[in-house]
Amino acid sequence: MTARLVLGPALFNWEPEVLRDFYFRIADEAPIDAVCLGEVVCSKRQPFFLPYLGAVAERLEAAGKQVIHSTLALIMNERELAQVRETAGLAEAGESLIEANDMSCVSFLTGRRHAIGPFVNVYNEGALDFHVRRGAVRVSLPGELPRRSIAAIAAAAGGQVELEVQVFGRLPLAISARCYHARAHGLQKDGCQYVCGEDPDGLVVETLDDEPFLVINGTQTLSYTYVNLIGEMDELRAMGVGAFRLSPHDADMVAIAREFRDVADGRREAAAARERLSQLTGDVSFSNGFYHGTRGRVLSAA
Amino acid sequence: MAQPVTASRRVELVCPAGTPAALRAAVDAGADAVYAGFRDETNARNFPGLNFDRDEMAEGIAYAHAAGCRVLVTVNTYVAAGEPGPWHAAVDDSAALGADAVILADVSLLDYCTRTHPDLRRHLSVQASASNAEAILFYHREFGIKRVVLPRVLTVAEIAALNRCIPVETEVFAFGGMCPMAEGRCSLSSYVTGQSPNLNGVCSPANEVEYEERGDDLITRLGGLAINVFHRGEGAGYPTLCKGRFVAGDSASYLFEEPTSLNVMGILPDLLAAGVAALKIEGRQRGRAYVAEAVRSFRRALDACAAGEAPPAADLVRVTEGQRDTRGAYRKAWR
Repeated sequence: MTARLVLGPALFNWEPEVLRDFYFRIADEAPIDAVCLGEVVCSKRQPFFLPYLGAVAERLEAAGKQVIHSTLALIMNERELAQVRETAGLAEAGESLIEANDMSCVSFLTGRRHAIGPFVNVYNEGALDFHVRRGAVRVSLPGELPRRSIAAIAAAAGGQVELEVQVFGRLPLAISARCYHARAHGLQKDGCQYVCGEDPDGLVVETLDDEPFLVINGTQTLSYTYVNLIGEMDELRAMGVGAFRLSPHDADMVAIAREFRDVADGRREAAAARERLSQLTGDVSFSNGFYHGTRGRVLSAA
Repeated sequence: MAQPVTASRRVELVCPAGTPAALRAAVDAGADAVYAGFRDETNARNFPGLNFDRDEMAEGIAYAHAAGCRVLVTVNTYVAAGEPGPWHAAVDDSAALGADAVILADVSLLDYCTRTHPDLRRHLSVQASASNAEAILFYHREFGIKRVVLPRVLTVAEIAALNRCIPVETEVFAFGGMCPMAEGRCSLSSYVTGQSPNLNGVCSPANEVEYEERGDDLITRLGGLAINVFHRGEGAGYPTLCKGRFVAGDSASYLFEEPTSLNVMGILPDLLAAGVAALKIEGRQRGRAYVAEAVRSFRRALDACAAGEAPPAADLVRVTEGQRDTRGAYRKAWR
């Protein structure tokens, strides 16, 4: 089984034209097998990219890449529910695969082929079985799961469903009704002026000791460190994890994807690739603590 | 003296019981229901010195039932992969001991409970983060849940709208500690300490807390990270991660949430008009004095509302975190 590389949904508020061109380049150049499109974090941002969605999906599919439509993680009112219902409706229309990030979307998709995103809590084999029985064909596991849990879930899956783990990028840690970007600028969510657009990789949060440890992205909070499991991919594949999620950053994602592809295909050593990834991401640190069953923010040698 | 539960009391007051003593205090102060968990990782307040062994739970249920008070057992963490035993046992024992309901979050456990104990009443925990009608209808359809504990992300208007389109009771938080994040979807604690609400039933655990004196300052740390700095003489709060002071952009602030307590006393009539079935007081980790005082105040206020009177002014400042309170997400401006 060849490992599949999946580009996760763009989590940050990039200009729609920037995002379109980003996806065009991914379509043309990146060794990526599937791409998640759609707004996951904030329903207020969702309309902006819609004019380009069709063209981007077409270009990706023409390049042989599977398109997965991701949906909102936190849904609190009828307007947001209507957005998700509409996206879920694509599953009826054709071949589109929809990724549910809230149980409301699971409800809409029950009985049809669908994907479960990392914001739906699948912590064990019982939850996996529950979703598979309702039509899930792929499940992206929550980022805080340790190796032991992933192994137990994968063993129970027995290859019946594609399992995915995020192997690159800032890890989503929390979602709120409150917009922290607006709050950091002395604004409220309703009059946010889309200040989250100023920070293409999130706004860094530091302790009073000047130690960076989180970033905020509107209503979402993510790790400051970039998860990097390039050295753990072989072990994950041996467990039965077949897909690896790269979360988009304002960096050369094509080059980053090539490193993961080369390691997955055995053309490159993980250590060398990690070195190259450091160069490609600049002044950030990597972590793999969750996978190794310890503090998520640390880089463990084990 | 415990007050009898009467049919005229429409809204249920659900109270925390972290220990047998707190359970008795809540029952005596007029709780309609108490919630309690077993002493292990199966419940979301898995702190040292808290919770119930099987005998204590049996005694607690007997004490509550004698006073007409219901007991809801929390089995609301996520089942560890490959090790469902403790979670299944917690559900089985809740049924065997005569619990009035179990409060569950994980679909695997809801599934197990629905198949194994179809007659045991199921409430959906706040840890399931069901924040909209479609999600709640899904849990109702799949597992026959009778009640949902709503995440602390919704406004009163959104709760009222929700209650108009679901056949499930809603329970909302009324008082106590407040998560600014959607519950059950937060890994901040494990990112910093390695222990999380979903996997371990703890948030910002005490064994990861340190206090460091630096000149006239006291620095509170969690997992080695500075969460806040207090000047000499200031009361130092517990370093809960999301209640810390951090720098984003140019200035330090309580970026996520101030160290305050939720208190809905001032909007109680609005919440009741929104159609909620139950009000929940947070605080299984708190002592029985807190429990008695909070329960007594809300008992009086609910009784006054039921009698068509304005709720009496209540002074809950002594049991309020940081001596300040907030209406939290119930006000839209909180966002």
